Amino acid sequence: MGVNFNMASLRLRESQIMKIHYLTGIVSLFAVAIHILFRLIMPFGQSLLYQNVISNYHNIFYALLLESILVLISIHGFNGLRIILIELKQSSRWESTITILVLISMIGIIAYGTRTIVIASGL
Amino acid sequence: MVEENKKVVLKVFRTNYNKNESSHYDEFEVPVNRWTTVLDALLHVKSYSDTSVGIRYSCRMASCGSCGMKINGRPSLACYTKISELNKDVIVCEPLSNFPRIRDLVTDFSQFFDHHKKIEPFIHNDRVPLDIKDKDELVEFEQSPKEVDDYLQFSYCIKCGLCYSACPTVATDPSFPGPQALSQTYRYIADNRDNDKSTRFNILDERHGIWRCHFAGSCSAVCPKGVDPALGIQLLKGHMMGFSKNDKKVANLRAKNKE
Repeated sequence: MGVNFNMASLRLRESQIMKIHYLTGIVSLFAVAIHILFRLIMPFGQSLLYQNVISNYHNIFYALLLESILVLISIHGFNGLRIILIELKQSSRWESTITILVLISMIGIIAYGTRTIVIASGL
Repeated sequence: MVEENKKVVLKVFRTNYNKNESSHYDEFEVPVNRWTTVLDALLHVKSYSDTSVGIRYSCRMASCGSCGMKINGRPSLACYTKISELNKDVIVCEPLSNFPRIRDLVTDFSQFFDHHKKIEPFIHNDRVPLDIKDKDELVEFEQSPKEVDDYLQFSYCIKCGLCYSACPTVATDPSFPGPQALSQTYRYIADNRDNDKSTRFNILDERHGIWRCHFAGSCSAVCPKGVDPALGIQLLKGHMMGFSKNDKKVANLRAKNKE
């Protein structure tokens, strides 16, 4: 029995994509606010010292917060870029190319950022 | 207050794409009164200065939407814009942006009307019989004034194209339906005589559809009929995302010849 795999069924409707876009935008606002507020627990310059930054990464909750910021902002930002680019030209080939390139870039950035967080947190 | 027989300079954009004429501005001195509209001034030019000036107009009372043009850079109806209210001695008339130009101030509305037709701007109701042989089979909808209010302002649209011309998204993306078609979609979604929202949602829920509206709001700023297309579009987005509850009760039908 063969598996009937249809790529079209994987394609999200624009309203679903935009729901994800708005949601990631709003949630990342709160996540980034927490991240910035963490700079205020000690003098700003001191909070950016190497050992303080590394100790932040070693806190598992803070590492998870950074990972969520990375994922949320990547999804939101790269979808925003896709929207800007598909408005520039009207052809299905251009749109498909842009969508694929943006997806690859997004996955690449998330993978590289995750690698950095994992290494720095010493997991 | 403008004095009687004051004169203003009318600077009119001239071009003829069929004759490969290069575009330029012609200047005409026109006498104006307090009540003179830009259309009156243009007709004065056609009568006494240059009969070849290309303009499109019909009703002269902001009902037909034919005389849309950019007046001092702003999309406006020429018949609805009084020169005295512009407070300028030079009035610049140009064709509407975002429309292909034909000649002088006349633009091609084909694409605009194609977008309008695409959203199926009529009542969809599968309970209404379409094939009526006897007048006793005629039906009408029961609709309360409150239910009419839900869509009334959007039904004032005269399809003049000013909102389409002012829209920054249309300027970069001609596949975008534009504020007129989108607000008219909301007009039919909000109308409780219509019971088929999914067809229009499917039409608009695509890459160049409703989601490309970035809420600049310029459509609402230029509408001569007080319609707020930007509001209609945002309400429609809410419905499509499921954030707004569409609790409209589809209107009941009753025989037309019965009391």
